[in-house]
Amino acid sequence: MAQAIAFYFVAACILGFAVLVISTKDTVHSVLFLVLDFLFVAALYVLMNAEFLAVIQVLVYAGGIVVLYLFVVMLVNLKRPPEAHQDPHRLSRTGPFLAAAVLLELGAIAVMGGEAGAPPAAAAAASPFCAAMTGNTEQVGCLLYTSYLIPFEIASMLLLVAMVGAIVLAKREL
Amino acid sequence: MITPTHYMLLSAALFMIGVIGVVVRRNIIIIFMSIELILNAVNINLIAFSNQLHNATGQVFAVFVIAVAAAEAAVGLGIILAFYRNKETINIDEMNLMRS
Repeated sequence: MAQAIAFYFVAACILGFAVLVISTKDTVHSVLFLVLDFLFVAALYVLMNAEFLAVIQVLVYAGGIVVLYLFVVMLVNLKRPPEAHQDPHRLSRTGPFLAAAVLLELGAIAVMGGEAGAPPAAAAAASPFCAAMTGNTEQVGCLLYTSYLIPFEIASMLLLVAMVGAIVLAKREL
Repeated sequence: MITPTHYMLLSAALFMIGVIGVVVRRNIIIIFMSIELILNAVNINLIAFSNQLHNATGQVFAVFVIAVAAAEAAVGLGIILAFYRNKETINIDEMNLMRS
């Protein structure tokens, strides 16, 4: 019962702040609502017993990415708001209707198809060695360094390439 | 009782809010933030099923998604800065250099 109340509260906050992110006129306010949204998503991760991901969410998203966004909003000092420019071909009326239709469809699938199959009682973990670990962080770390070592290294290469690319793009002249 | 269906509906709603942001807004910074919302919706789904099946693999994939989101934000914001220095605008309707 307490878990259900917590879920509904956190879900309402996530969706409410997400709507505010995309509907606020001021970009700085939008970024601040994005921070709140990420913090509530971290709370949802805690509800789902994923403590490690919650900490990563707060550190990387709320701490790193959002600060990057704030710096860009500060550097891009606009004299003329971008929404002032009107394009007759824009689909601002049709887009939300199409998105709402797809959401209804997905909801129908989720509600109708929910009873089809019972979830497997206890799915076998990817690696029995890691399944024996107690604690969320140990399990994630064990999987990262055994079964998913190659993707982990590729992700580190991706981050290195992105870092070099961001520096090259942001330099005034090479 | 909270079932995976609840998490899937929340995730689908968040995904759709992100899609609406990408389609409706003209400010490219807000479009990037909508993409972050979409990636968060994906993460909620991954972790919900990871929790349901008692298998930590979903959380490993969520870590990869967060890494890709960080790389995308860094490169995308670098592109925005470079574009703003050249054209003095961040409106995507005016980003039509490649249009013949």
